[in-house]
Amino acid sequence: MPPSEAIDGARGPAFAARITHARQKGDRSGLARMLIAALAVLAAVTFAASIMTGAADASLGNVLGWLAGQTPADQALSMRDRIIILDIRLPRAVLGMLVGAALAVSGVVMQGLFRNPLADPGLVGVSSGASLGAVLLIVLGSTTFGPVFALFGFYALPLGAFCGGFATTMLLYRISTRSGRTSVATMLLAGIALGALANAVTGVLVFVADDKQLRDLTFWGLGSLAGANWTKIFAAGPIILLSLGVVPFLARGLNAVTLGEAAAFHMGVPVQRLKNIAIFSVAAATGASVAVSGGIGFVGIVVPHLLRLVIGPDHRYLLPASALLGGTMLIFADMLARTIVSPAELPIGIITAFVGAPFFLWVLLRGRSNMGL
Amino acid sequence: MNGFDFRRLRRWEWALAVFALSTPFLLPALAPGPASLISPAMAETVEKPDTSRVVSIGGAVTEIIYALGEENRLVGRDSTSTYPEAAAKLPNVGYMRQLAPEGIIAVNPAAIVAIEGSGPPEALAVLKQANIPFTTVAEAYDKAGILAKIRAVGAFLGVSERAEALAKSVEHDLDAALSDSAARPDSERKRVLFILSAQGDKIMASGTGTAASGIIELAGAINATGDFPGYKPLTDEAIIKARPDVILMMDRSGSHAASPDELFALPALSLTPAAKSKALVRMDGLHLLGFGPRTASAIRELNTAIYGKKTNASQ
Repeated sequence: MPPSEAIDGARGPAFAARITHARQKGDRSGLARMLIAALAVLAAVTFAASIMTGAADASLGNVLGWLAGQTPADQALSMRDRIIILDIRLPRAVLGMLVGAALAVSGVVMQGLFRNPLADPGLVGVSSGASLGAVLLIVLGSTTFGPVFALFGFYALPLGAFCGGFATTMLLYRISTRSGRTSVATMLLAGIALGALANAVTGVLVFVADDKQLRDLTFWGLGSLAGANWTKIFAAGPIILLSLGVVPFLARGLNAVTLGEAAAFHMGVPVQRLKNIAIFSVAAATGASVAVSGGIGFVGIVVPHLLRLVIGPDHRYLLPASALLGGTMLIFADMLARTIVSPAELPIGIITAFVGAPFFLWVLLRGRSNMGL
Repeated sequence: MNGFDFRRLRRWEWALAVFALSTPFLLPALAPGPASLISPAMAETVEKPDTSRVVSIGGAVTEIIYALGEENRLVGRDSTSTYPEAAAKLPNVGYMRQLAPEGIIAVNPAAIVAIEGSGPPEALAVLKQANIPFTTVAEAYDKAGILAKIRAVGAFLGVSERAEALAKSVEHDLDAALSDSAARPDSERKRVLFILSAQGDKIMASGTGTAASGIIELAGAINATGDFPGYKPLTDEAIIKARPDVILMMDRSGSHAASPDELFALPALSLTPAAKSKALVRMDGLHLLGFGPRTASAIRELNTAIYGKKTNASQ
């Protein structure tokens, strides 16, 4: 969660932001602040609800009592409650918050950087690269990467995904940077090409995979929070938090870039450094997210758009609001996924699409007049 | 952001990058909960698990539990356990490969018995932590495999004698069914193509090492596509080259079921020997591919479907 002082701190020489702010709408900063506060409350409520609901009956009071050092009456039952809440539900909620925030914020940054409302990490091939990393390990795992598996157990896969995502970004960066300047247009096109290439290699691997491997592969295509555990959170959490912590400092620069790179440069924004930091934060956050939860789509495009329709395009508010709404949305979707067909579970992608898509369309149709779409 | 000393920041950026890249290697070791370096859960035999409340994962395992008359212990099943009908009424804890640990804990089982390949490993790790013993039954697509499954489930439930009796009768039944198949001279054996799905003219066929391949051979026929492992989408030419005399499919009641006419209208299939006689066999998926107590009847049914009614029909 970005620190609130980043929002206020940016008010000093906020010249660029003021100019780029859509003035016809009037100043929406008051509304934005209220919305962010409301979203924070909503996130907290959803988080708590997610820990309290599920297929099993587990008493939260028992667990809190145990955490506070009470000795429970029924050891075995209390142990069960503890596992359900602390090892199944809590990791899922935390991971949902982290991944949702990472995806939504990555979406905002990419859209700002490319000045394209359809950009998201998937578009520049980071997600495809991450999936490829995982798929490589699954299919060639035991033969080629035996030592990796021996060393990391089933933790090897997320690691592979993370390395894949990062390697793709590095490559993309090298392709689109010449004499120290990154061309955003080249990057977008090269990203699409790299993504296609990664998907093609994945396709070849899917073809040579045996049945068991194929089933493992589906996870990376669909995405799910079902495999959440503390190990994954400890691995991906710091990376995601670090990326999310850096991003608020980009808000002013991203506002300026909406006028075009040259204009932003003349306004005193160090455009090249902005691009470097933005690209690498997005790569780290997306790589880590794909690594622990597979490819959950939709959040990175829909959440930023919803918020733009409500509070306008100012990144100072858009970034924290996106982080909160992205996390909330994913936790909520996961909660539905766990409870609708309980004791079984639905894939989360189905829920995000079913709940998110119609809602998004509705907001889009309502807001079309003032979006000028 | 402006006016920073570039070099100094470079160092910062390096430090951050190194940190970001090293956390996945270092921090997980500190995580609470199930240990991070668990090898995926394998069969683990607990000395004498309490099997008063059992969740059964895998259609064949569930069938065996019913065949042993121990169904009163069942408190949950997976989505592949659809036979007998009573099993379908039990709480469904999801697909065998995507088990939700909380859903399983919710039906409060004392033990879990599952067919090989159930998972995912993360779910098994949580169940292990919750002290719910998890027993794996080996999967195999032949006669010995079926008998081994029955004995394993019997041993797990502590009814080995009854399992032995069931294994004996299933073996007897299988032998009878197999003798019909084995008696057929090689020259008369038909080539069968198992089609997993025919969606948008793309035909997924079964190669070696699959349940479909196993049942086709037990029924005294030849798997027409026996030159690759697993399930693969085949080109039209490969299907023509496979020259199947009979097409075998799972009986999916519903939209997936293509009619024989539609199926044989596909260019690839229209040129096969099977198209001439419109030889399409559909059977219930679990019955055909489950390799459980009912496999003998599946062999007989498939044999009859491929070769027509026999005069000395043994049942």
